[in-house]
Amino acid sequence: MTVSPYLPLPYRIIAVRQDTPDTATIDLQPVRAAIPEPAPGQFTMLYMLGVGEAPISVSGVPIEGAPLAQTLRGVGNVSKAIIRLQPGDEIGVRGPYGTTWPVAEADGHDVLFIAGGLGLAPLRPAIRHVLAHRDRYGRVAVLYGARTPADILYRDELVLWRRMLDVQVEVTVDRAQRAWHGAVGVVTELVSRAGFEPDRTLAMVCGPEVMMRFSVQALQGAGLPSERIYVSMERSMKCGTGLCGHCQFGAEFVCKQGAVMRYDRIASIFTVREI
Amino acid sequence: MSASGLPKTAAVLGPDGLQALIAALAARGMEVIGPVERDGAIVLDRIAGIADLPAGRTDRQEAGSYRLADRDDGALFGYAVGPQSWKRFLHRPVETLFRVRRIGQELAFEPPRETPPRTAFLGVRACELAAIAIQDRVLLGGAYVNTEYAARRAQTFLVAVNCGDPAATCFCTSHDTGPRAHSGYDVALTELLVDGRHEFLAEPGSDSGAALLAYLPTRPATAADWAAAAAVAARAAANMHRRMPSEGLKETLQAHPEHPRWEDVGQRCLACANCTMVCPTCFCTTIEDHSELDGLGAERVRRWDSCFAGDFSYVHGGAVRTQTRSRYRQWMTHKLAHWWDQYGTSGCVGCGRCIAWCPVGIDIAAEAAAFVESSKREEDAHGIA
Ligand code: SF4
Ligand code: SF4
Ligand code: FES
Repeated sequence: MTVSPYLPLPYRIIAVRQDTPDTATIDLQPVRAAIPEPAPGQFTMLYMLGVGEAPISVSGVPIEGAPLAQTLRGVGNVSKAIIRLQPGDEIGVRGPYGTTWPVAEADGHDVLFIAGGLGLAPLRPAIRHVLAHRDRYGRVAVLYGARTPADILYRDELVLWRRMLDVQVEVTVDRAQRAWHGAVGVVTELVSRAGFEPDRTLAMVCGPEVMMRFSVQALQGAGLPSERIYVSMERSMKCGTGLCGHCQFGAEFVCKQGAVMRYDRIASIFTVREI
Repeated sequence: MSASGLPKTAAVLGPDGLQALIAALAARGMEVIGPVERDGAIVLDRIAGIADLPAGRTDRQEAGSYRLADRDDGALFGYAVGPQSWKRFLHRPVETLFRVRRIGQELAFEPPRETPPRTAFLGVRACELAAIAIQDRVLLGGAYVNTEYAARRAQTFLVAVNCGDPAATCFCTSHDTGPRAHSGYDVALTELLVDGRHEFLAEPGSDSGAALLAYLPTRPATAADWAAAAAVAARAAANMHRRMPSEGLKETLQAHPEHPRWEDVGQRCLACANCTMVCPTCFCTTIEDHSELDGLGAERVRRWDSCFAGDFSYVHGGAVRTQTRSRYRQWMTHKLAHWWDQYGTSGCVGCGRCIAWCPVGIDIAAEAAAFVESSKREEDAHGIA
């Protein structure tokens, strides 16, 4: 009998970083065999003994000696349990699954990253890839919206990106106390400020569905064609392999034809409620 | 095939020949599963011989109803399909995928190692062969396969029975999936009850099917036997009055996710999930952790799930499909429309189970027809051809 695609590989947690009060990034190392190298935008199924599995996007790809990094918000039973683990604990990992951010298609284009909340996590490998191959791309902008200043993910890395002189990094929060002197408002308001050239820009958008809906509207309003807008969909997932039926979104399986999807391919159903 | 277009090796056997067929399958180490009567329904279970078959029984099925009745011809296969399909033996309702143990901080994953037993299915209807072929595509045709299904499927010997007496809920002719089996079987039987004779025309569909027939007490099939078998199929087709619309159905369903008809059916549907459980092609599953008592181990268990279940579409924060109409839309649009995009076939084979076993008698064929009709009316009203 061939090996079940549901069988995870044991991975050891080597570091847990608390990013925000409810979100942590874990660094993972294979105990023996490793999963194939994930590409930016892909996800894995993480397994916690006695609790179950959850689809979690890869927030750091294991290249050049870096560990596999995954960022989890403690909202479900599995993610809550995993972010409480300690270095040395083991979890199961299988994957990687799903489509990738179009870092190759973006070659020669200006690139606009728009992230909302935890949506910065799946985008980070793509941002890192683009910045690591900076000469292949035109202007690069990262627009990021978080709920409050305390919810801003990867602060150090955002600062690092902003310090590069050829990357535009804009951060906004929904609400803030006095200590925050940055922008307040929704991330879509940053789109007009980014001032991109619609005919040579490609946008990658990731965040809650409403945030993506407004971002797409703003991008289209600014003249960006649908086939150069990519979004990352979220649906219930039990298998990641196209076998359980849970992730269906119209005729698409989000685990196979997504999570990253070209907007023109799903435009007709994107705004249908409860689809 | 011979020059006359008939398979040369087709044979005719009597009830004793059928008994010998079951015995021969068992002698080859196979567990034989067939139709048996239990608790007022014809279900599928282990059989030892023809005495276990529901002789002289038939089923009367309507939207929301199923009951058994006597027939006077002593037929062994004089009924259509019951609540169970062969899905339960190939894509099992509950399946343990593997075990996990924690040893210190380490996790050990232990896949099961046993090979499933060889199994023969006796009495597989044409629509069910079509359903198995569809599940083959769904569960074996993609980049990842359902390995447990694959292992069972490889161990399965299929004896089909062509339908002579379809139920009022059947509509396989709409999908071209019956009432006669065309492929995908090892042996196909047609029950012949002519002039007081009780016989079966047996057509081999595979080498192992032909080998099995060669070993049984049979007589060669004559032109009269073929004609009798053709008459059985023709009568069955002529007696089928339910119809699933096909013209424009996929496009209509996909183009109208906000059609008022969804609310109409959503008001009637109880979201009980019966339809998805009885459907021979529905494949959705969930996976659960069954912890062992010591807390150090667990079994990963896959079980059938349903798009009607409240938590089926759950992502943190809540379900995507909170309303019954959204769930019915998902089930019907998937089955009759998206399935074509995903697997190049309809997800419905016309077995009628979801119609009979729906407690409120919702009829997928009638719903589809109403949908096509009212969208057509709307388009006419808007002047769109
Ligand atoms: S949708 Fe209904 S009629 Fe069609 S295959 Fe499934 S149970 Fe049978
Ligand atoms: S259509 Fe009928 S069988 Fe299916 S979920 Fe609704 S009430 Fe239950
Ligand atoms: S997550 Fe199971 S089919 Fe996509």
